[in-house]
Amino acid sequence: MRIALFATCIVDAMYPRTARATVAILERLGHEVVFPAGQACCGQMHVNSGYLPEAVPVVRNHIEAFESQDYDVAVAPSGSCVASVKHQHPMVARSCGDAALEARAEAVGAKTYELSALLTDVLGITDAAAQLGSWFPHNVTYHPSCHGMRLLRLGDRQLNLLQSVGGITVQPLPQADQCCGFGGTFSLKNADVSTAMLEDKTANIKATGAELCSGGDASCLLHIGGGLSREGSSVTTLHLADILASTRENPVSVTGDILVGGKVAR
Amino acid sequence: MSSTYLGMPALPVFGQGNLNAVESFPLAAKRELGNSQLRANLGHATHTIRDKRLRVVGELPDWEDLRNAGSATKQAVMARLPELLEQFEQNFTARGGIIHWARDAAEANEIVRDLIGEQGADEVVKVKSMATQEIGLNEYLEEQGIAAFETDLAELIVQLDHDKPSHILVPAIHKNRTQIRDIFLREMPGVDPELTDSPAKLAEAARSHLRRKFLSAKVAISGANFAIADAGTLAVVESEGNGRMCLTLPETLITVMGVEKLLPSWRDLEVFMQLLPRSSTGERMNPYTSLWTGVTEGDGPRNVHLVLLDNGRSAALADEMGRSALHCIRCSACMNVCPVYERTGGHAYGSTYPGPIGAILSPLMTGITSEENNSLPYASSLCGACYDACPVKINIPEILVHLRAEDVDSKRGTKKLPSQMDLLMKGASWAFSSGKHLGLLEKGLPLGRIAAGRKKKITKLPGIAGGWTRSRDVPAPPSESFRGWWAKDHRDPAAGAELPDSPNTDSTNTGEQA
Repeated sequence: MRIALFATCIVDAMYPRTARATVAILERLGHEVVFPAGQACCGQMHVNSGYLPEAVPVVRNHIEAFESQDYDVAVAPSGSCVASVKHQHPMVARSCGDAALEARAEAVGAKTYELSALLTDVLGITDAAAQLGSWFPHNVTYHPSCHGMRLLRLGDRQLNLLQSVGGITVQPLPQADQCCGFGGTFSLKNADVSTAMLEDKTANIKATGAELCSGGDASCLLHIGGGLSREGSSVTTLHLADILASTRENPVSVTGDILVGGKVAR
Repeated sequence: MSSTYLGMPALPVFGQGNLNAVESFPLAAKRELGNSQLRANLGHATHTIRDKRLRVVGELPDWEDLRNAGSATKQAVMARLPELLEQFEQNFTARGGIIHWARDAAEANEIVRDLIGEQGADEVVKVKSMATQEIGLNEYLEEQGIAAFETDLAELIVQLDHDKPSHILVPAIHKNRTQIRDIFLREMPGVDPELTDSPAKLAEAARSHLRRKFLSAKVAISGANFAIADAGTLAVVESEGNGRMCLTLPETLITVMGVEKLLPSWRDLEVFMQLLPRSSTGERMNPYTSLWTGVTEGDGPRNVHLVLLDNGRSAALADEMGRSALHCIRCSACMNVCPVYERTGGHAYGSTYPGPIGAILSPLMTGITSEENNSLPYASSLCGACYDACPVKINIPEILVHLRAEDVDSKRGTKKLPSQMDLLMKGASWAFSSGKHLGLLEKGLPLGRIAAGRKKKITKLPGIAGGWTRSRDVPAPPSESFRGWWAKDHRDPAAGAELPDSPNTDSTNTGEQA
C-alpha cells in the first residue's frame, strides 16, 4: 500500500522522532511511505480560535498537498489533527462558500486515518509484538486524548496496541478520560483553568508509578510533559508511535532527565 | 415601504437580566479557582452525580434512540415554534388559563408584579425556576415591596445567604452543611438557636419555616419544564414535594416559562420523562411530576396564569448554527462532566446559566457583542464531554467554535491595533499555508535550542504565550525538523526509515533526545 504521511505541524517541528517512528512502523510492514512536501498544518488552531478566514488558506493548502500526491490512504500520528481534517475542513470550505473545495475536503478526509485506526482497521494489527516486533520493557501509563476518544471514536485501539507491545507494563490511569487542559489557545486564554486541569492530570499520572505517559497526540503530550517538567518530575511523555517503533534490536531507552519531565534516548 | 405589525418583532430581541456577566470569564475563573473549599465541594459533587448518571443511563438499552428522539422532537418544535405556541395558547385559554406574552425580562417582571397586585398580596411562594432567576424576578419584587420565598431547599439556602446559585440543579453545590447551619441561624426567623448541622435537623428547620409560608401564601410562582401544545398542559418535575404544595394550595398560580419549552403532544413527554431525571439527578424517575391544564373546578388554584418569555430566545432561534442550544432541558449533565465547570463553579460564568450550556446560551441570548459575555465561548478546552452527555444531543463544542468565529468577526475593523491573538493567527496563517513557508521557519529551530540553553527547556515566553510558561516548560526544539530530515535522508525509500539515532550521534539527534 502507498501511504501518505501527514506529519502535523507540532510533530514536524517539535517531535520529528515521532514522524520517523511512524515511517519505520509502516515500512516494517512492507508499505511505501510518501511525504507530500506541500503539507504544513491542519488549521485546527485557527478554527478553534474563531479565525475562519485565516484558516481558509491553511485548509486549502492541506487539501492541495494531499490531492497532488498519489496514495491509497493518508495517516497522521494525531487524533485531533485527523479529526480536524475530517470534520473541520469541509466546514471551513463551506464558510468561504466554496462548494468544490468542500467536496475535495470530504474526499481527502475520507482517506485520512489516525495511526492506531489505520493499523487496527486497515492493516489488521492486533499484536504489536508479533506483527511489528515492538519491544519496550518499561512501566507506562496511557492518556486517551479527547479528540481521538470523542470525535474519532477510537475506543480502545491505542490502548490495545500499547498493551500488545513486548515487555511493556501498562498501568491504568485514574480519570483517564478527563481532558489534560491543553485545548490549543485555551491554554493561553484561560491559562489558570488549563493549569488546574493539568495539575490533576499530572497528579493522576504520578500516582500510577509509571516511568512515562504515552498517548496518540503530540500536542497533549507536549502539554502534560511541560507540566511534569515544571513540577520537577522524572516522569516523561512518549508518543505511542515511538513505543510501537521500538524493537529489541533498536530499543528506545528511557532515562530520567530534565527535558519535558525526562530524557528519551535511543 | 409601509408594513403591518404582525405581532412578532422584526428584529430579534436580545435578553436582559441575569444573562450578562459583569467581568470576563478568565478573571472570574481565576478568583474562583483560588477557593480551595469550593473546588473540593464541586469536585466531590460533580463526580458523585456523574457516576450515578452513567450507571442509570447504562441501564437503558435504547438510550441513544431516546437521545435521537429527544433531539428530533426539539428540532421539530423549533422549526414551527410560532404555530405551536398559538396552539398551546388556544388550548390553555380554553381550559380557563390566561396567557401573557413578555418580550424581555422587564416586561415579564411587570406582568408578574401586576398579577400579584391584583390579588392584594405582598408575599409569594416560589417553585424553583430558572426562568425567574434569569429575569431577576425576586430582586425586582423585593424592590416593589413584595417578598418572594424560595421553597426548594437549596434555593432557600442560596436566597437566605443573599448569594447566587452555582449550579442549575444543585444551586447550593458550593456550600457544605456547617455553612448552611450558620446561614439558617443568621437568617431564618424563629429558628431553634440550638440547631446542629445534621442534615435531618437542617431539613426539619427548613420544613417548619416553609410550612407557614405554604399555608398563608395566596400567590405561587413557578417555572415549567414542559408545555404540551395539543393539550394546553404544563409540567413541573421536582424532588422535594415543595413544588406540589405551591402548585396546589395558593389561589393564584403564575408560571413564567421560556417559549422554547414546548412539546407538540403528550406522546413526546414519554421520551423526555426518561431523558430528564436520568440525566439530571441520576434517578430512574423523579419523585414528583405535576401536570396542570388551566383551571379545574374544586381543585387547585382559581387563577392560573402563564407568562411566555422571549428574552433573547428569538435571537438564539434566528442563529441557524446556534439555535439547537434552545433544545436544552436544563438537566445540568453538561456541567457535571465539564472539566472547566468542575474547577471554577457556576459563579465564574456570571449568568443564570453556567457550564457548557451557559457558555453558548448566554451569548446567543444577549448577542455576542454584549460586553463580557464574549469571553464565555472560550471557557472550554473543547474536550467534547458535554456533547456526549447531553440527552438531547446539543453539539455544544461546535456552537462554541461558531460563537468564537462570530466574536472574532464582530471585532474585525473596529480596533485601532490588532491584538496579539490577531497577529499570532495572521502569522500562523501565512506559515501554515505552504510547506515552503513552514520549512523556512523550521530552519530557525536551532535558534530555539540556543534559547532553551543547557537545561534544554524554555521556562519563560513573552506576551500571550507567557500563559503557557506560567505552569509548563517548553522542550528545546530539535535541531532539524522531520521535513528537513526527509528531504536529506529519505531519498531512497528502499533503504527504509532507520529508527532515530543512538545517543552518541548528537548532531542529527532530535531535540527531545538531547
